[in-house]
Amino acid sequence: MKLTKIRADTANASVPILETRNLVKRFGSFTANDNLNLTIRTGEIHAILGENGAGKSTLMNMLAGLLEPDEGEIVYRDKPIRFRSPRQAMEAGIGMVHQHFMLIPALTVAENVMLGLKNGRGPWFRHAKACADIRRLSDSFGLDVDPVAKVGQLSVGQQQRVEIVKTLYRGADFIILDEPTAVLTPPETEELFRVLRALREQGKTIVFISHKLNEVESLCDRVSVLRSGKLVASAPMKSTDAAELARLMVGRDIVPPAPRPVPAKSEPVLEVRELSLRRKNAALLQRVCLAVGEGEIVGIAGVDGNGQRELCEAIMGLSVDSAMEGEIRIRGSLVLRPKPKTMTELGVGYIPEDRQQDGLVLPMSIGENLILKQFRSKRFNRLFTLKRSRICEAAEAAVREFKIKTPAAEHPAGKLSGGNQQKVILARELMQRPKVLIAMQPTRGMDVGAAEFVHRRLLEERARGCGILLVSTELEEVFALSDRIAVIYKGRIAEVVDRAEANVDTIGLRMAGL
Amino acid sequence: MDAATWSSYLASVLRLAAPLLLAGLGVLFMSRSGILNIGMEGMMLIGALAGVVGASYSGNVWGGLTTACLAGACIGALFGFLVITTGADQVIIGTAVNLLGLGLTTVFGRSLLGMGTETVKVDSFPMIRIPLLADIPLIGPALFEQNALTYMALLLVPAAGMLLYKTNWGLAVRAVGENPLATDTLGVKVHRVRYACCLLGGVLAGAAGSALSLGILNQFTENMVAGRGFIALSAVIFGRWTPSGTMLASLLFGGAEAMQLRFHWVHVPYQFMLMLPYVLTMAALAWFSGRTKQPAATGIPYKSAANRNG
Repeated sequence: MKLTKIRADTANASVPILETRNLVKRFGSFTANDNLNLTIRTGEIHAILGENGAGKSTLMNMLAGLLEPDEGEIVYRDKPIRFRSPRQAMEAGIGMVHQHFMLIPALTVAENVMLGLKNGRGPWFRHAKACADIRRLSDSFGLDVDPVAKVGQLSVGQQQRVEIVKTLYRGADFIILDEPTAVLTPPETEELFRVLRALREQGKTIVFISHKLNEVESLCDRVSVLRSGKLVASAPMKSTDAAELARLMVGRDIVPPAPRPVPAKSEPVLEVRELSLRRKNAALLQRVCLAVGEGEIVGIAGVDGNGQRELCEAIMGLSVDSAMEGEIRIRGSLVLRPKPKTMTELGVGYIPEDRQQDGLVLPMSIGENLILKQFRSKRFNRLFTLKRSRICEAAEAAVREFKIKTPAAEHPAGKLSGGNQQKVILARELMQRPKVLIAMQPTRGMDVGAAEFVHRRLLEERARGCGILLVSTELEEVFALSDRIAVIYKGRIAEVVDRAEANVDTIGLRMAGL
Repeated sequence: MDAATWSSYLASVLRLAAPLLLAGLGVLFMSRSGILNIGMEGMMLIGALAGVVGASYSGNVWGGLTTACLAGACIGALFGFLVITTGADQVIIGTAVNLLGLGLTTVFGRSLLGMGTETVKVDSFPMIRIPLLADIPLIGPALFEQNALTYMALLLVPAAGMLLYKTNWGLAVRAVGENPLATDTLGVKVHRVRYACCLLGGVLAGAAGSALSLGILNQFTENMVAGRGFIALSAVIFGRWTPSGTMLASLLFGGAEAMQLRFHWVHVPYQFMLMLPYVLTMAALAWFSGRTKQPAATGIPYKSAANRNG
């Protein structure tokens, strides 16, 4: 009997259940999905691979009814569809299990599953009937769910199962899972895979969004790779392997950097030894050892969320609620308890990842943002008042030098575009002539011209002798700027290589933990 | 202290608790849906005035109650519009409603009820005496010889419990107060649920005000609610956002107020007795803060999923 079932599945397997045709989605000037032509076949487990920001979640949010496309169309079961709400998607049979669960911890499993549904006649919510129905449904799929338990008391793996039951209860035939294993332990991941395979046996189509190559390799039938909003490949899993997928995810068009003088070996300006960071029983960094020399750029490559941000924050003394061990040395001298003020005084500049939240005070003017670290200095400060004219001068100089596009130097920073905001931050940090610069995602969301300007400035600082620790998820950027490349994976430095010896494929694999 | 004094004390506890309970239930529904309402004071004042005006114009106390509930519904709808549709800060709007209530009732109280020193007196709610049960010593009169509105307030407690915990709508209310985004993705209309709770809260606020003006004091005077709106809010918190908890807390605070009115033989200056309800409220809030979990989405305006993710 099992043999017949497999044959039936193969017969269906070539029938597409969902197609996107020239699908486009933009957010302002940023194109998240660029002319996607994706095909997903009935009864398969289809992986969508891509780095952070490649456009995976945007695509899935359109399928699930949370976003509407700007151009192109989506065809589901041979009918073009346009969902205006998640409910419409659910009624069509498309269910989504989000990365951040849409569950209510204070309510029971049955209440979460039944929320928004008609539960028999009349206004009464029949808890007992709901529990019986849910038990029956979950047993039929081999899912172990206790309808009476409060969701807040369940483990993460169990909560995820509740999310799956929610979609099944509403009759989903097409289930999207967004980075489902990001929050699971290895045994929970195995359990999830068992469930997904069982669902496939029953004819459900599954879309599995991930950036974890080994999992995708073991679970999925076909895989599509997104990069920078474009679909770069779509093939059966059998016809490809992890190495090729890694290459497709990060891109082969890495331009070799312009030749430049190799920095002389000197005392490191920034040195991190055996740095470990723990927060609430989670090890965020594990014995990280890194050194940045004078006039050297060390690039940290890694998928977002593997400890890069924690590393930079720890160096600057910005970690909260965490226990830190290890040594941080700036130009040879040990810093016992790093604090932002101490680090700034030692000549460390910092470009944060989230420029709007952490880098700028948006309602304040460009000038005021520029002097945020220096307002106590004699240059900008009299006894009780600020020297407004000096601040204005500095602002105008920065606008000229960094080509910040703004109607006036006194404009509030919040009104600038993302790229120009970044230039303000850059101006502020470089104004202090730092010896060490920590730059996180320095060109995120910037257009090519602005990004090129930032790169040029960073190289100028490098020539001036500044040691730069560059963190970027864009491998091209890391390769273009760095003298040495370190790969971070799950809080550990997996590898450090000279740029000349670095190989995109290997780096890509290391980033994925292989 | 003899049994008769205790008995009449217990009876007044229930009578004084009724406005707190009604207002508390109103706050409860709004809180459960995620709306923080500190404007109960103003709403109750409007209900109190509307009750007296309605009673004196219609000639009977039920007309007064209806007017009070309608007026409360209007204010509830206004409050809802400002915090749901406009998304304004709920604490600020609550404060504004308090000031609005005080101002409106002071002005209209005089114009509608006359400027003279002679205050308009109205009939109270009819007393209902349940024979036999009312003869039980000590608690008999307290529980079984009360005015009609007090009975209604007490009956609303199990009704509210059923509504909140046993119906689909009640489930939606609880879900909206905890995680409106998740609830939205399941097709529940978050704003509609919150509006309904605001209207319900307003109606109950009106009833609470009339319980005070028609049921207890038989008149309307300026600022007669005297902080009971805030006590109702703390009753909900003290009662851990449940109907039965709110009832017990209301009885406790009503008991404090009754004590202040009756026990003059205790050689404490009467001002301390006046303070007692409010001191208990502060103690309750200090004790319980951090130990109880309010609905997770309280006080945060909700933008629907389609309007975010710009």
